[in-house]
Formats: sequence, structure tokens, C-alpha cells
Amino acid sequence: MTGLGRHHSANNLPARRRALAVFRFACAAMTWAAVLILVALLVHVARQGMSWLDWQFLSSFPSRFPDQAGIKSALFGTLWMISTTAIIAVPLGVGAAIYLEEYARRGALSTFIQINIANLAGVPSIVYGMLGLVIFVRFFLLGRSVLAGALTMSLLILPVIIIAAREAIRAVPGSLRQASYALGSTRWQTVRHHVLPSALPGIMTGVILALSRAIGETAPLVMIGALTYVAFVPEGPLDAFTTLPIQVFNWTSRPQKDFHALGAAGILVLLIVLLVMNTGAILIRHRAERRGG
Amino acid sequence: MMTSIMEARNVTIRYGEAPAVREATLVIPENRVTAIIGPSGCGKSTLLRAFNRMNEFIPSSSMDGEILFRGTDIYDKGIDPVEVRRRIGMVFQKPNPFPKSIERNVSWGPAINGYEGDPRERLEGALKKAALWDEVKDRLGSSALGLSGGQQQRLCIARTLAMEPEVILMDEPCSALDPVSTAHIENLLFELKKKYTIVIVTHNMQQAARVSDYTAFFEAGVLVEYGETQQVFTRPKVKRTEEYVTGRFG
Repeated sequence: MTGLGRHHSANNLPARRRALAVFRFACAAMTWAAVLILVALLVHVARQGMSWLDWQFLSSFPSRFPDQAGIKSALFGTLWMISTTAIIAVPLGVGAAIYLEEYARRGALSTFIQINIANLAGVPSIVYGMLGLVIFVRFFLLGRSVLAGALTMSLLILPVIIIAAREAIRAVPGSLRQASYALGSTRWQTVRHHVLPSALPGIMTGVILALSRAIGETAPLVMIGALTYVAFVPEGPLDAFTTLPIQVFNWTSRPQKDFHALGAAGILVLLIVLLVMNTGAILIRHRAERRGG
Repeated sequence: MMTSIMEARNVTIRYGEAPAVREATLVIPENRVTAIIGPSGCGKSTLLRAFNRMNEFIPSSSMDGEILFRGTDIYDKGIDPVEVRRRIGMVFQKPNPFPKSIERNVSWGPAINGYEGDPRERLEGALKKAALWDEVKDRLGSSALGLSGGQQQRLCIARTLAMEPEVILMDEPCSALDPVSTAHIENLLFELKKKYTIVIVTHNMQQAARVSDYTAFFEAGVLVEYGETQQVFTRPKVKRTEEYVTGRFG
């Protein structure tokens, strides 16, 4: 024991322990600060909107009378928009990631594409809204439809899906690919049977993040003119629509107090939809992980 | 007299500019075990991977020369690398079973290649040939990742055997295994060479001496000596080989 004390590195051990304790405290404080702010927000919204959240609210269309106003058209509009977006963006994004990781030759072009995708992920959503307005609404004559909105949202979240899927695919060990190729499999068989199943949990994480972003976005949809007063439920991808965040935005910008409470109730509905969607995705991810790819 | 099944002719393999294998020429005899030995980084694994075109997955690699399989250059235009790898199988340094069931590990290769015949029979046959059947026959449906390292490597061998390849390339197949598992696999090689041609890269000279019929000694990418194992180990013609096999360097 006396020998240990003479050792130089042992002398600063108490200082290192203190530094560790400070660091640990700082990390915990930040975590709890984030959690507490979130809880405060949720409590505030719940207290304001909870009493308005009933069946009448869910099954009615918007109205100028707060007592009769409901969220039906926005709820269905959001469900239509988000599922159409998922159908468009997930296959495209995962496909692009597979191509870039497994097929494309590494070179100047692939680096250029990679940098551009990373940049696109940081472009403000309103810019996508303008793009969507010019291309989908006007040029392709889709009008202010679910499809135009979903295509715009797909553009917005594609970079996120591509980046996450690429990371997940890159994390699949090379030894797995080699094992597959050495058994006389083609590139596609290797991707389909080994790479994708192993990468699925990571891809699902990216999809969750991307769709969560899409479901809460307002600006691009306002830009392409998703109506704020819609008294019907879309019945096809070419129908006009509104979404939960747009409806909430509309209500909160009115002067009457009751509409603010309706807005809070709308936020609660949006949160529940988000929660259900993410739970589903996490269940899929969990199953993929348990199977071990 | 032996018949040749594969042949490397003036093979040079580069990663970028630096050659990893220089002008290697050697003949692989059929139904024999050929060992490739040499110090780390001598290019032995690189050469082995050239025998079934596995280097193609390393973007910077390039190859000159020819590799013949039953008289045909496997790098010819019009030769499908998938077909090459189906007939020339490979077992890797670290056991790399698929994260799937034991059964699926063995049946996947034949399934995607459209093999006919009873899959059950093929599964049992391959696992028996790899001396693994008795240990796993009651849990064919459980994950291959639950097996020990030695069992996993034998599963990888079984998976390769199920493809009924003509040549099996083994890249230091025992380097990640304990001595008991190693002995298991070495015994297996004696059985397998009756039906298959085996090329094994090893850094373990005792292993090369024990299991192989022919030995090629590489140093710095150059084939220094190649001959019958007995001769290479007891009466090497080149001084450098003698120094290596007697353990004076490497």
C-alpha cells in the first residue's frame, strides 16, 4: 500500500473523482431539465384542453361556435397525409440508401450526392413548401390535394430517411455480406436476405424520426395552401385536406379564449396520434431486433 | 500423379498502388489440402480471396494475371462471379454465421441457388460432414449465434458444404478458436479432402505441417517456395523458408 501512494497517477485520484462527480451531476441536470420542461408543457396543454377532448370534439367538423367545433377533418387529413407520405418516402428513401451504400461506386459523384443530401436535411421546411407549390400544385396540377401535400412532405423527410438508412446499412458487418456472397448469392439476394433485415432496426428509427417531423410540420402545408377550413373528410388522395397542426394554428390565432382551449385539445389529439404511430414503429423495430435480423 | 484443379498464373494483386501479391504462379492439386503460410501481411489471404473473386468487394483492389479453374480463367468476361463462388466456397477467419436459425444457415445457400432434392437430407448431410450434427440435431431451429465459436465455425463449414463446392478456401479458419475446437476442425479436413479440394491459409506452421499435403510459403507478396509439405518442412530448398518454418522469424 505504501508503494501505491508514491505513484504519480494515484496522487490526483481524488481530483479525478471530483471531476467525475461534477460531470455526472451536470449530465443528470441537463436530462432532468429537458424532461421537466416537457412535463410542464404537457401539463399546461392538458389542463387547458382536457375538458374539451370528448367524442363530440373528435367527430365534428370545425365551426365558428366553439361548442360545436371539432377536429374530425384535421384528424383524418393528418392520417391521410402521413400515411401517403410514408408510402412515398419510406420506399424511396430506403431504396436510395441501398443504392448509395451497396451499388453506387465510391467516387466524386457519390460524394457530391452525399453532401447534397446532408445539406437538404437542413433546408428550412418553408422552402420545400415553395417547391411543392410550384411543382406539385401548379406544374403537375395536383391542386391543394392530399397527394400534393404528401409529396411535399416526402421531399422534406427524404434526406432524414436516407441518412438514417445509410448509417444503418453501413453498420451491417462486412463479414455478413462476405458470408452471403461466398455462398454464390447475388448482390440483391445479399441485400434482401441479410443486409436489410440486419439494418431494419436502424432504418425504423430513422423512419420514426422522419414521420414524427412530418406530422408536426405546418409551414410547407400552409404554403401549398392546405385549407384551414375544411368541412369534409378526404376520400381520396386528390381531395383537399387540412391537418392537425394547421387546425391548431388556426384556433390559437383567434381572439376567443374557448378557441385557445380547442387548440390545446387539438395538440393532445396530435400527440396521441404521434404516440400511437411511434409505438407501432417501435414494435416493428423490436420484433426485428429480437429475430436478430 | 496429382491432377490440377486450380492454377494461378503470374498473379499480381494491388491495393491502390502497392502490390500485395507479386507474380505468383502455383498449381492447386485436386482432392488435396494445400496450405499457404507466411508472416502477417505477406499476401496469403489476398491470394486466397482471388481464387473465388472475393477481392472484388474491395474497391481499391486490382489484379493482373490469370486464375484458372478446370482450365478456364475465372476472371474472363462472361464468367459470372456468382457461379464462381458457388463452385469455390470459402470459410472465413472469424466464424460468421448468419443471425438466423442453424437450419436456415445451412439451407439458405442451396435455396437461393435453386438446388433441387430433399432440403432435410441436405441439411443433415452437411451437418454430419462438418461433424456438427450430433451437437445440434435437437435444436436446428434455434439461433446460430447461441453456438460456441468452434461450433459456429463448423456450421460455417457445413453451410459451405451444403453448396457442394468443388474447392473450399479456408482463411485461417482456426485462428479464433481454442485448441480443442481447432483439433476438431483439423480432423475434419482429413475427411473432407477425400471429396473436396482444400486451400487453407494459416499462420500456424504446426497446423500446416499436420493437415496439408502441399505447402506454399509466401513472404512480402512473393511465393518463396512451394512443394510437398514434408519436403518444405524437412528439406526446404530456400534458406528463407527454413528460417521461417523453424521459427526463426515471422
